[in-house]
Amino acid sequence: MTDLSSESLTPGTAEEVGARAIAPGTDNSITSIAPDSIKIDIQNLDFFYGKSQALKGVSMSVARNAVTAMIGPSGCGKSTLLRTLNRMYGLYPGQRATGKILFDGEDILAARTDLSLLRARIGMVFQKPTPFPMSIHDNVAFGVRLYENLSRSEMNDRVEESLRRAALWDEVKDKLSTSGLGLSGGQQQRLCVARCIAVRPEVLLLDEPTSALDPISSARLEETITRLKSDYTIVIVTHNLGQAARLSDHTAFMYLGELVEFGETAGMFTSPVTKRASDYITGRFG
Amino acid sequence: MALSAARIGRRRAQNALFVGFCILVTTLALTALALILYSLVTQGIGGINLRVFTMSTPAAGSPGGLLNAIVGSIMICALAMVIALVIGILAGTWLAEYAGDGRYGSLIRFLNDVLLSAPSILIGLFVWQILVFPFHGYSGLAGAVALAILAVPVITRTTEDVLKLQPTSLRESAVALGTPFWRVVRSVLWRAASSGIITGALLAFARISGETAPLLFTAFGNQFFSWNMAGSMANLPLVIFNFANSAYPDLNKLAWAGALIVAASVLGVTIVARFISKDAKPS
Repeated sequence: MTDLSSESLTPGTAEEVGARAIAPGTDNSITSIAPDSIKIDIQNLDFFYGKSQALKGVSMSVARNAVTAMIGPSGCGKSTLLRTLNRMYGLYPGQRATGKILFDGEDILAARTDLSLLRARIGMVFQKPTPFPMSIHDNVAFGVRLYENLSRSEMNDRVEESLRRAALWDEVKDKLSTSGLGLSGGQQQRLCVARCIAVRPEVLLLDEPTSALDPISSARLEETITRLKSDYTIVIVTHNLGQAARLSDHTAFMYLGELVEFGETAGMFTSPVTKRASDYITGRFG
Repeated sequence: MALSAARIGRRRAQNALFVGFCILVTTLALTALALILYSLVTQGIGGINLRVFTMSTPAAGSPGGLLNAIVGSIMICALAMVIALVIGILAGTWLAEYAGDGRYGSLIRFLNDVLLSAPSILIGLFVWQILVFPFHGYSGLAGAVALAILAVPVITRTTEDVLKLQPTSLRESAVALGTPFWRVVRSVLWRAASSGIITGALLAFARISGETAPLLFTAFGNQFFSWNMAGSMANLPLVIFNFANSAYPDLNKLAWAGALIVAASVLGVTIVARFISKDAKPS
């Protein structure tokens, strides 16, 4: 333990830390993910907002059909990392990423990537609920219409299926034609989840999805996420450590743009390897 | 305590003074408005009868109405609004969603603001120069273009402003579904901003419906009824201008009636604008 904590006080380069974190057969709490169950493989990722560097040599893997949580204090780069996975940063000139992000083996940072198609395969739910100014039905159907020509009844089925999976169906089934803006905050957020999964993405990116919700709505959304786990690869950014512990299989702890520790959630929360992660998890800083 | 009581007294007096001044000034402004409306209604209502809406403008001394001018005004304004809406909404969208803070965007924004305050008679002369003089004839079309130029900056500005009010998260969540950006604009942002855009459009309409100067050099006016926008066309503001200056009381009366019709339609449009923008607010 001594040499590990001293290492964390004088951390090696991010590259070393990242490489160590996913290297097989190292420390007890640091896991390796079998190569065939890797859905997204992030390799040596740097990210820049103009001239300031927000991610430094991050390398980690996201396992298929599992929940990966990203934790760390505000400004540590976890949301930035999430937003590179669907290249959301591409909306803003001056933001750029270097390195590799292999999604089923293909580098999504490559210039030839079709961004619309990529985002249809990697869905995202944001911190604040963002229903579109249209009916509940049309909200869910919106993304589907972009990529599929469904008959009316097929579309109705898809909308119902998505709302059921997002645990919202029973609350809205009688008012599908009313505006999505009329729902409560928690319902709106589950509507956003339904809208996202209606497109049938392979990966769900959740950016602090419960931080704007009350405890009961949060709990419902967590149940929803747990149920979605079997079909989707989920990456969730959260400030709520309990939530990370409850939901995730793997956890990445980030600090100042570097990936400090990455491993199985159970191991990370019971016996973190680095001092920084240990301090953060035990509430000594944050 | 005595000191603070004096302070409180002084503060109360200052407050009363300020509020009193505000009330006085508001009363002055409203009184002027009320007087204008009063004389408009009392003078105009007498001239309103069925003939106003069924007959065209008369020669002095014979009976007549404002039908040609009403139809002309509606046609010119409608065409102007169609042109202005297409250009204004697209330009506003470009400024809000695509231009960013770039130099080109800032330049367009600045020029649009200049156009917003350009004297309307200049715009009339400009259109005369490019659409009347080269084609050797006044036309309703040229009038519509002149009014459109007046309406475009208003619509551009309001469209840009209401689009910028839409939260970034709305754009991002639409993009995150794999929506191409033009689709995000068309299906999500325009819809979210629709009440504001409609309000802007109606304000622009209210502005152009009373404009006289730009029509003087373009639509010119026509004593007879005409559907032909390629020729000179009658319109309410010009008829009001001409008849108000006339020596004949009959024509003066028609001018008042025309003024009342213009004011009533602008008022109606403003009420509709208020109603729509209130109605379309998310619940």
